[in-house]
Amino acid sequence: MSDKWWEVFSYEAVIGAAVLYFLAMLAYFFELASLRTASRTSELATVGASAGVPGGAGAADGDVDVEGPSRRSEVAGRLGLVLTAFAVVVHLVALVARGLAADPDRVPWGNMYEFTISGTFVVALIFVLATFRIDIEWLGPLVTTFVVAALMAAFLALDDAVLPLPDALNSPWLVIHVVSAVISTGAFTIGALLSVLYLVKARSANPTGYLARIPDLKVLDRLSYRMHAFGFPVWTFAVLITGPIWAHQAWGAYWNWDPKEVWAFITWVVYAAYLHARATAGWRGRNAALLALVGAATLWFNFIGINFFSSSSQHSYAEGAAQERSVVLRLAGPVETAQEVGVVVGADDARA
Amino acid sequence: MTDLQPDLQRDLGKRPSDDRQATPLPNDLTARELGRWTWRQLTSMRTALVLLLLLALAAIPGSVIPQENIDSLAVSQWRDDHPRLAPIWDRLDLFSVYGSVWFSAIYILLMVSLVGCIIPRLFVYARALRARPPRAPRHLTRLPESTSYTTDVAPEVVLTRADDVLRTKRFRVAAGDDSVDAERGYLREAGNLVFHLAVIVVLVGVAAGSLFGYKGGVIMLNGEDYGFSNNLTQYDDFAPGSLFDPDVMEPFSFSITDFEVDWLTEGDRAGMAREFVAKLAYETEPGGETKTYDLKVNHPLTIGGTDIFLIGHGYAPVITIRDGEGNVTKSGPVVFLPINGQTFESFGVVKAPFAKPGQIGLEGTFYPTFAMGRDADGNLTMPASLFGEALDPLVSLSLWTGDIGVDDGSAQSVYVLDKAEATQVVKDDGQPFRMDLRPGESVTLPDGLGTVTFDGLQRWNKIQISRSPGSLVALGGVVVALIGLLGSLFVRPRRMWVRARRQDDGTTLVEVARLDRSSGGDPEDGAAELEAVVAALQEDTDTRTDSNRKDES
Ligand code: HEM
Repeated sequence: MSDKWWEVFSYEAVIGAAVLYFLAMLAYFFELASLRTASRTSELATVGASAGVPGGAGAADGDVDVEGPSRRSEVAGRLGLVLTAFAVVVHLVALVARGLAADPDRVPWGNMYEFTISGTFVVALIFVLATFRIDIEWLGPLVTTFVVAALMAAFLALDDAVLPLPDALNSPWLVIHVVSAVISTGAFTIGALLSVLYLVKARSANPTGYLARIPDLKVLDRLSYRMHAFGFPVWTFAVLITGPIWAHQAWGAYWNWDPKEVWAFITWVVYAAYLHARATAGWRGRNAALLALVGAATLWFNFIGINFFSSSSQHSYAEGAAQERSVVLRLAGPVETAQEVGVVVGADDARA
Repeated sequence: MTDLQPDLQRDLGKRPSDDRQATPLPNDLTARELGRWTWRQLTSMRTALVLLLLLALAAIPGSVIPQENIDSLAVSQWRDDHPRLAPIWDRLDLFSVYGSVWFSAIYILLMVSLVGCIIPRLFVYARALRARPPRAPRHLTRLPESTSYTTDVAPEVVLTRADDVLRTKRFRVAAGDDSVDAERGYLREAGNLVFHLAVIVVLVGVAAGSLFGYKGGVIMLNGEDYGFSNNLTQYDDFAPGSLFDPDVMEPFSFSITDFEVDWLTEGDRAGMAREFVAKLAYETEPGGETKTYDLKVNHPLTIGGTDIFLIGHGYAPVITIRDGEGNVTKSGPVVFLPINGQTFESFGVVKAPFAKPGQIGLEGTFYPTFAMGRDADGNLTMPASLFGEALDPLVSLSLWTGDIGVDDGSAQSVYVLDKAEATQVVKDDGQPFRMDLRPGESVTLPDGLGTVTFDGLQRWNKIQISRSPGSLVALGGVVVALIGLLGSLFVRPRRMWVRARRQDDGTTLVEVARLDRSSGGDPEDGAAELEAVVAALQEDTDTRTDSNRKDES
């Protein structure tokens, strides 16, 4: 099958995955809506004396059937999870196809579009895997909304042709570096979603609907911590071990203070402060959640913002389809050229 | 659980980390008191946190303002654009944030704080390692995770069994008067100490690299005739660390025998160069055996402690200038620097200061694949290069004469033509004289100045050579830090106590309690462990359980 075929196939699979996430999102929203009616109905049921009349199969909203909505919401929630899991599989297919669409085949991390579809994949994957181990299905509405929004953004704003990786990106260290960076980004993102939930729930005196469905503040806080505790070592590995090794090979210096590196470092320090604050200063709950959100802000700013903001990043995927920066001397004009190259010689003997 | 006395919980939950908090300023101030107070503040947890956040904040300007040692070109542009701000920025070191006094101050304070914090903790930890697990608190069942039951088994038997059970669960166990005291998870604190110590090691490694190392660059023409041997005079640019000693430079030498580029000729990125291979012939010491190496991006050559990287390439047209008297005054490849990284349109200068009757200066552009641009109507516009590969090479040069300012010996860039005292040669119609040459072509200059021949093409590579001692120390440090961090985050220190007492009715009351001392402990896991211990104790015994396990509040 040709590269073009794979490329088209990958787009179709991304769209398919997005549609599945969207349906999952709808299922989750339906679950929430029926939870809300459920709580309203049960209020009605206790207020009215007519409780106990079994509702028919077509029990409508406001019906006195107490069982119906909660069973329905349970089914919707299950359906949401199943759809999300299917979406993850299709999403994976899309990623593989994207890699096969390039010539030569490669990892699908050549530009922002590819990074975004990889990052959202990891967020969804971590979520689905987490549901096996911990009770976190209630995070579904947020995760699917986030993934759908990010995929749309990737599709509309970041799309880019399938191009071969520039030479500097052609290293096994890149694979390890990016895999770990994307995994930790996923974990931090889920941690941030949990922190948002914490803050929102902490503000509402009398939670109803979705806020009532999610666990206690204490549990939210602890889950958020665990996401961060998982993400931080992986981020350390990505940013402070594999990143420098790769940079050393590609650019001749293991740390260049290039804007991407600066912000990765900032993110690292902020999350270190977060863990520190929890372990030593006893920060829990609100303060910790706020610090976690600062961390997430630096993380996503680095992922997306810095590319639009700073022009001097050596990370070539930050430049769209631009050239191989590390191999071409970046020159603005002939006179500055001399300064850039740093060649000032007394007589007419260009280095031989 | 509200009836748990706060001081009991504080006492039980106490960790070495908790003993360094900021303290209020003592009011009877002697110099010593003040010193001690300052030291306590500096090594307090709150200070560490503030310094960490400050470090993050302080790193931001360097990603926004161009930095001298990263992109000096952008800095000089910025200076031109902001003539009033630039001196202020200069005073604030904002063009070299990461070497600035204030940035260094933050991380040096952080390191001092770290040492002041970690050294005492090392001793605390060493003592804790040797100490027995802490004795059971008097009211075990007041702990959040606790349970109790009665049994007919004698207390001594229960305690022996408890000792056994806890040991098989890899607790460290000690016998109390009527209890068994156990603790495990010591590796957490060890991991934490290792992590923080390793941070210092990393910093030492990085510092060594920037103090004793160097980074230099050289543009090298391809071919065996052009060699490089590693000493200061051979570099085009050289940035040593402040304690760099030239004696450590390895005495290697090399030349580039061949250079290959794999140009993409089709697809969306046609014109992009993909693989670059510079074939090196090198000797690690003078007179040594000559070896070869394929120098590529991502594949540096390491000789001793020095790394050699391929970071750029370009063209050097071979140009011969004969002056008006027929003498060859200039002959050889001239490095042209790319202006456009895609098409390799390049700019260069050729100088013949000793030409007679007049000095000759040439300035112009080299096009690897020459074409005239066309606008939408098909009219010819600017000349351009279509492609980076030299498919149809052409140099287009203008001619200057008069004083091009090379013979007075003052330092001058070989890439810039000094036109202050020179005049441009023009044609009869007043238009500047231009020559467009393909390889092998010659042109006779006006005014009897001589001839210029474009003999052919050479290539050059930009090679970066750097030595960063300590980089392996830094790498090792980060790896060890990571391992320590894993211990610190995922080992869960906890204590367990089992107490057995005979009651008045002859039965035995057994109390079991657990205390989780980690920050991320999961109550379900804790409850499971507690239950497992109780189950193991109760095996084969008939008991009544009165569980009062509570969630931590
Ligand atoms: C470069 C600066 C520092 C970094 C990156 C850093 C990072 C960290 C991290 C990530 C943790 C969390 C590990 C855990 O949760 O167990 C931690 C814990 C800790 N750090 Fe630091 N730290 C730094 C400086 C300091 C300083 C200056 C002090 C002392 C004043 C300190 C004392 C502690 C203590 C006591 C803990 C808690 C250990 C526990 O859980 O009991 N750290 N640090």
